[in-house]
Amino acid sequence: MSTNPAAESAVEQAGPAVPLPADLADERLIQHAGLGGWWSAFVNRIRGGDLGSMPVVVGLILISLFFFLQQPKFLSSFSLVSLTRFAAPLGIISLGIVLVLLLGEIDLSVGSVSGLASVVTAVQLVRHDQSLIVALLAGIVTGVAIGALYSVLFVKLGVPSFVITLAGLLGFQGLLLYVLGSQGTLNLPTDSGLVKFASGYVSGPMSYVLAALVVVLFVGSRLVGIRRRTSAGLSAPSVLGLLVKGGALAIGLLFLTWYLQQGTGRGWSYLWILFTFLVVLMDVALRKTTWGRHVFAVGGNEEAARRAGIKVSRIYTSVFVLCSTLASIGGLLAAARLTSVSQSSGTGDTNLTAIAAAVIGGTSLFGGRGSAYSAMLGIIVLQAIITGLNLLGVDSSVRFMVTGAVLLLAVAIDSVARRARSSSGRG
Amino acid sequence: MTATAATEVPVRESVLSLTGINKRFGAVQALTDVHLEVAAGEVVALVGDNGAGKSTLVKVIAGVYQPDSGSIRFAGSSVSPKGPSQAQALGIATVFQDLALCDNLDVVANLFLGQEHLVGPMLDEVSMETESWRLLRSLSAKIPSVRIPIAALSGGQRQTVAIARSLVGDPKIVMLDEPTAALGVAQTAEVLNLIERLRDNGLGVILISHNMADVQAVADRIVVLRLGRNAADFRVEDVTTDDLVAAITGASDNVVAERAKRRGESHDDAIDSNGAGA
Repeated sequence: MSTNPAAESAVEQAGPAVPLPADLADERLIQHAGLGGWWSAFVNRIRGGDLGSMPVVVGLILISLFFFLQQPKFLSSFSLVSLTRFAAPLGIISLGIVLVLLLGEIDLSVGSVSGLASVVTAVQLVRHDQSLIVALLAGIVTGVAIGALYSVLFVKLGVPSFVITLAGLLGFQGLLLYVLGSQGTLNLPTDSGLVKFASGYVSGPMSYVLAALVVVLFVGSRLVGIRRRTSAGLSAPSVLGLLVKGGALAIGLLFLTWYLQQGTGRGWSYLWILFTFLVVLMDVALRKTTWGRHVFAVGGNEEAARRAGIKVSRIYTSVFVLCSTLASIGGLLAAARLTSVSQSSGTGDTNLTAIAAAVIGGTSLFGGRGSAYSAMLGIIVLQAIITGLNLLGVDSSVRFMVTGAVLLLAVAIDSVARRARSSSGRG
Repeated sequence: MTATAATEVPVRESVLSLTGINKRFGAVQALTDVHLEVAAGEVVALVGDNGAGKSTLVKVIAGVYQPDSGSIRFAGSSVSPKGPSQAQALGIATVFQDLALCDNLDVVANLFLGQEHLVGPMLDEVSMETESWRLLRSLSAKIPSVRIPIAALSGGQRQTVAIARSLVGDPKIVMLDEPTAALGVAQTAEVLNLIERLRDNGLGVILISHNMADVQAVADRIVVLRLGRNAADFRVEDVTTDDLVAAITGASDNVVAERAKRRGESHDDAIDSNGAGA
């Protein structure tokens, strides 16, 4: 690293009168002050291939606009509410996919696992007259056990995850048929708590309280962060900026809460609230805990992680188990929403939709890059496309092709962004 | 000019002591009956030609490989680290030649990888960032921001981060594998200063290097490995570069030594400068 001594001393002489925070003291650091600075930093980031969730948000707006112009009902409260209800179970499955992708691995069997879990629960509930708790536990334990099996095969035997889960895709589809037996469909009792939960909505006043709580938590946690950084002598984002963000969030959330209750809309479904809760929980776990840090480390450079003393096999195990468990939970909720399980539970496009959602949302297929929110964004985009095409009365053949094209587009954007990142030093 | 130059028993109490280490890979005996002593506040340079077994020995100490036989004593008790994390927990920190940093994580995350600070169940980013700046400043490191991913740093900056990382968690022994190989002149000097600072703080330092000038500038003792065996153990005051070259290449059949004999003692200086490049 060559530093020009003349330039260095010149900088020292012209040093800032106000002492800068410890992390902004380097003279080579470009300062971004004010709105203009924010904008130029933003443009720089995009150029450098650090796209984040930008392409998907832009895509979502374009998609919504397109379908709205074709069929205004697309943005009706009823259509949006049903969109969130359909998206939630798939989104939960996709959340598990995000984890696996962060490690640079893949799980192709989440559809079969979700179907199998729902069938196991339904059989316990209907045929064996077990209590709801026992039945649910049976379904979820199925997912946990499958994840544990995968991780043993992956960690101990070193079989590629692609092959393990491809075998799982077939094998657990077969197991589903075996467990279900000759009876093709099992209806869940409509008075069971699971079905009630899946068709339930948060009441009007309660949903406003929830929205307010979210805003307060967001602003509060950020404020605590700013205070801690300032008192440690580090630079902190401006409080004003935070208040602007918090205000925007409040307005957006309250408007949505109000809008979803208009007309035939029934507000926030329990399903969507649960999904959102899981996404936020996963986001916190990924960004703020040791486990999450280690997941990113293993996904970025497994050898470096191992040498840093991280128990890599435990990270793989935890992620495979979590992925299958989330798949089973998603399957249970999907079945509860349909109020039945059948031979086709979890088949069809469940797998690819869940995987596509994670990638479309911005989680890299190459590992080490992504966020829990990509599951949410991605599934909203896919579900919007599916809902929109259904509203237009388009055949399912076209739907598949469009979904495929969108997935291809998302991966292409990811690949191009990856190249831009490596040439501009953003990992 | 003999390879069996004075092997003095270290006066200070040794922190790390390896005896009779053997390690083979298939048909290759990588290490044969190797011994090594490192005292607190001592810089031991480990030198040898390519394939002499330096890296294997480093990996044995770091817990990456388990020796086939032999004993490792650390801080007075017998240990056998089963993995890098165990060695690290004991207090043996290693900076590998390929640095082993995660490109997608920022400097703070890399510095504290595997030994994160926590507040309750959460990562304590603030204390880690403050500590990062303290560490980097103490090495007078030139890193513009600790919140940029490692991918954005130059080779020298990465080396600095890797060395700073070895100091997190208060190790007793720090092993540096070719720390100056990729560095410019000023940064090499900084790393050598840093090694002396580690010694002054009472740490044992194992330095692996091909650069004889660096080794002689900073080491207290120089241990030479050749073909997986201990070839020599010099105190740095007693050794000249051609002694070292002789020990590294093998004293009897070495081109440099034969030339020296032919041309007589008066040409030692010339050999010195030749040898420094070896």
